[in-house]
Parts: sequence; C-alpha cells; structure tokens
Amino acid sequence: MSTVTGQPKPKAKIKGDADSEKWVRMYRQMLAIRLFEEQVNELYTRALMPGLAHLYVGEEAVAVGICEALRNDDYITSTHRGHGHCLAKGASPDRMFAELLGKEAGYCKGKGGSMHIADPGTGNLGANAIVAGSVGIATGAAFSAKYLGTSQVAVCFFGEGALGQGVLYEEMNMAQLWKLPVIYVCENNSYTEYTHCSETTAGEMTARATAFGVHAETVDGQDVRAVYEVAAKLVESARRGDGPAFLLCNTYRHHGHHVGDINREYYRSKQEERTWATERDPIQKISEWLVGNKLADAAQLAEIHSEIKAEMQKAVEFAIAAPYPSVDKASEDVYA
Amino acid sequence: MPETKAREITFAEAVREALAEEMRRDSRVFILGEDVAEAGTPFKVLSGLVEEFGTKRVVDTPISEAGFTGLAVGAAMTGLRPVVDIMFGDFITLTMDQMANQAAKVHYMSGGKWRVPMVMRTTLGAARRSAAQHSQSLHAWFSHVPGLKVVLPSTPYDAKGLLKTAIRDENPVVFFEDKMMFKMKGPVPAEEYTIPLGVADVKRQGDDITLVATSSMVQVALGAAGLLEEIGVSAEVIDPRTTWPLDEKTLIESVKKTSRAIVIDEGYGRYGVTAEIAAVIAEGAFHYLDAPVKRMGAMHVPIPFSPPLEDVTVPTERSVFEVARGLCNRS
Repeated sequence: MSTVTGQPKPKAKIKGDADSEKWVRMYRQMLAIRLFEEQVNELYTRALMPGLAHLYVGEEAVAVGICEALRNDDYITSTHRGHGHCLAKGASPDRMFAELLGKEAGYCKGKGGSMHIADPGTGNLGANAIVAGSVGIATGAAFSAKYLGTSQVAVCFFGEGALGQGVLYEEMNMAQLWKLPVIYVCENNSYTEYTHCSETTAGEMTARATAFGVHAETVDGQDVRAVYEVAAKLVESARRGDGPAFLLCNTYRHHGHHVGDINREYYRSKQEERTWATERDPIQKISEWLVGNKLADAAQLAEIHSEIKAEMQKAVEFAIAAPYPSVDKASEDVYA
Repeated sequence: MPETKAREITFAEAVREALAEEMRRDSRVFILGEDVAEAGTPFKVLSGLVEEFGTKRVVDTPISEAGFTGLAVGAAMTGLRPVVDIMFGDFITLTMDQMANQAAKVHYMSGGKWRVPMVMRTTLGAARRSAAQHSQSLHAWFSHVPGLKVVLPSTPYDAKGLLKTAIRDENPVVFFEDKMMFKMKGPVPAEEYTIPLGVADVKRQGDDITLVATSSMVQVALGAAGLLEEIGVSAEVIDPRTTWPLDEKTLIESVKKTSRAIVIDEGYGRYGVTAEIAAVIAEGAFHYLDAPVKRMGAMHVPIPFSPPLEDVTVPTERSVFEVARGLCNRS
C-alpha cells in the first residue's frame, strides 16, 4: 500500500525493522487523516468550503488498520464520513481538498464533493451519501473478484446507522451463500447522526451478521494494532475463498455529525467527549506505544507531525488556488 | 425490417436469443435474478440458458430485488456486464435507491471515472388479471432519472436488436418487456444485427394523424390505424423504442407532416411518458398543429383485478380510433 500522502519516502528517519516501520507508517497515516480533517474544519469555519463535511477525527485507527491489510487493487467503498478511508487507501490530499472545494482538479472534477470521492487508481469505488448505499456495490465488487478469479477483496465501510437498512442484510445473505470475498466493517461511533445507537439498534450488533453464518468479530477501534491484526486475518481468509466477514469496530467521532454540529449537549455530554479525546484517542495510543517500545522517540514523531502539517498546508493552498470547472462541464459525464 | 424472407420467432425467443448470443460473445455477461436458472423465469423467457451457460452465469438469487440490483451495480463497475431480471415491473420500486441513487449517478459523481454497464430487464403491462401489484407500467419513473436509459421494444425484431445493444452499452439500461407480448410472433433474421438506442421506428406511414405509441400500445395503435383507414383517415404510427434517449426529431417531423398527434403509452398519463412526448411535439411542431396533442394512458387508478374493471383502464384500438376520429373531425 502506498503512503497516505502519496509521498514516496518519509523524510524523518525511523530506526528499526520492517515491522516497526509498518507501525510508524500507520501512525503517520492516522496523523495525516487527523491533520487533513483539521484543515477541513478550518476551511468550513473560514467559509472557504461549499456545503458541509463529516469529520473522521477520532476514528482514524479503523481506516488505517484495515487499509494497511489491503492490496492497492483491493476495493473499498466508503461513506459520508469518508475522508479517512480515501486517504488510508492511498488518495492524495491535494486532489481531495480540490474535490471538497468543488474544483476541476478534484478526484471527481468537483462533481462529487466531500461525500462522493472515488478513485479507481486506489481501488476506491466511491464514498456514498446514502446510509448503507454502498453495501451492494462492495458485494458486487467481491462477486466480480470471485467471477474473474482475481483474488481481490472488497471492504465495505459503514457506520452503525447502516444496521437499520434492510439492504445490508440482503447483501450479507448473498455474500455468505456465494462465499464472496467481502468484509463488512461497521464503524460503531455510537451515534446515528444525533441519536444514540441504543435507541435505534435492538439486540447485539454482531448478531446481525452471525444470523447469516457470517463470521463476526469485535475490535477496539481506537487501537490500530488490534484493528490491523484482525483485519489482516479476515482479509487473508476472504482472499483464500472462505467467504465474507463482519468486523465491528467500536470507535468515537470527536466532532459532531458534521462540521456545523457544534452544540451537542442535547445528545451527548462534554464529559463523554473529553474522556474519548483524552483517554481513548487512537493517535495518542499508538504514539505512546511507539515511544514506550522504543520504536520511535518523541522528537521523531514531532518531525513527522511537522512534515505532514506542511504537506497539508501545501495541499490546501493548491486546492484554494485551483480553478473551478467551466460551467459547460455540468452536462458532461452523465453518460459514458 | 429487411425484405428477405425472415423466420418467425416469438418475443420471448427473441429476448432469449439476444441474451444467448451476447453471453457467447462476451464471457463477462451474466444473468442475475429470481428463478432465472432452472425455472427460466415464470414466463419461461430464459428457458435453456442455464443448460448452456451454467449456474455461474445464470444466477438464481434470493427474493432481494434491492440486494441483487445493488450487487449488479458493483459487479458492473468492476469488470462484469450484469443483466438483472426483475420479474414484474412493479418490483422496480424495491430497486429504486440502487438504480436512481447508485447506478444512475456513479459515472457522474466520480467525474466520469467509474462506469456501470448493466441492464435491468423487467416487465410492464396490465390485462393479466393480476391486480394492482403485478400490472403497472412504471417506465416513466426511470425515464425521469439522468444517467439511465430506458428501452421499450414492441416487436420480436426490436426486442432482439435493442437488447443486444443495451448489453453492449456502457451505461445502466432498463429494458421493459410487455408481458402480454411474450408469445407474439414476428420476423427475426437469423443473422447478427443490432438496433441503436434513440432511433424511433415508423411502424406505419400515413399523412393525416400521427399516433406515437410505445411497447404494448404499438399494436393497439396499428389496429386503430386500420380502423381509421376504413373511414378514410391515413394514420402514421411511430414507436420511439426508447424513452431516453428520445428521438425527438422523428416525432416532430412526422407531426409537421400530419398536423395532428395522439401519444399512447400504457403508463399513467399524469406526469408520464405521454406528457413528456406531447410536450416535445408541442414545442417542436407548434405552428404545424391543427389540433391539441392528445394523450392516452392507463386510467389514473391502481390497476383493478375484476376483468371488466381492468379492461377499461387500458387504451384499446377502439378508444384510440374514437379519439383520432374526433381530432380529425370525422363523424
């Protein structure tokens, strides 16, 4: 898998073996998502971005841990909260920012925006603004992989809100019947928009999968090492032909449902937010582990931080300076 | 239609031949739907295909229209060319998100990067005594959505040529078959041919009035034209064959010649296919018209079960004849 930023080599030197490089790479990618999203929030508050965006801050370990286990030609489908998935699969921040600003240089020529970034070059079938809207697409991609014998795997990211959509169960049923190489990754951040999942979801979440005989696991979505290890196992199993899996990742979105969701006390407490931000932050968790195990020191991590910060700044400037599409482009790309 | 003496086959056989030929030509083409394999669908349109192509390419699904349609969208994006079978046109309601929000928009939303070369085959038409949930003609719903193409064949010849083109198209195409027409016979050449989408067919030439008719209504219009001939009215019958892309030019040119038009389609008239085509004619041939453009479609009610009630909801040769006679001021 390429690095999150598309840069060939990190400048900061990291000591250690291939294994430690892998963990540092994941740290780097999680941080890239965090700093990307902070820039998005900044663009919104400075009124430079049309529309809204749904930030992935707090959930970075899920996308990074899963995508680290994938090949470049493996497929993903993403959600309205999709920037993290796109970056983790290898998209470049400059073209992503350009898409968020509706510019011609964006991944979708400005026609998709924040909720629809797609990139065939990294196997990204597209983010989807219909909740559970991409479960069919991901399952179909897995069907293709099996039909054509390519050994590709498809990963379908969705939030726990998608558990309320019937089409998910239609797809899991067929995936299990036909042993399709698809992994359904449920990012449970506890809130379906502004409503706690306990008010919307009866029974156990994983039971929704095991009812079909789909192998299901639960993982701490704040622990990138745990996510990666279970993902690697499930991906290998799917690639081998053992069929689909369901992975429930318990996580938390630090921000609101979208950038404009500022006053949240009516659905969750500030104390709860503080606890997740200070005691369960996925980037803090991996940094402490890296430093504690002497795989990196604080100075190296700080250097990575400033490298990524500079890169994000440059990417944002590229997007701001990029031109809008000419208006005659509105009627292009309706039909292939 | 070629002049050579062609063999005659049924509409269902024409559809089956198109599928078989395209599946032989392209290993990426496969069929997905309920009871499509050994059962060959309740209408037996697909009988024999699973014997030739196996269950890998003729895939029986659970009763999950949204699910397998969505799966087809993903399969189409990643290198296959699915042909989805929706047993009754009424069930397209279950596939709406997959078709209108996914299939139709993937190409555009991705800035032209991903493509969805899939076909959905389904049915339309009343008169089978099947009541309100197995009798609708909902092709207007898909015709409304940018990104989809909609095909309405009215003869075995058109069905075969249009379906082959639809399968080769790079876009999602919805192909509506009139279920009352499956046993209708017509000339279909044995040799390879295709029919482009977006080209209307003049089914009968005439000078006094244009009858624009789709799918199940083409035979009705031809019957009405025969009745009109008996009173000295020469009717032209035009079948657009696709509601999108729509061959506006052929429709407008015909009405410029005849100065009168009736649009007949088995869908509901209100906000429907007939409304759109009538507007196209009114805008394109306004100064040539000697009478208002008339529309005839299904009565604006759920299709009833009781035979006399059902029959009155659909235009007939006689009702089209009467409206045409009125337009032409013949008593």
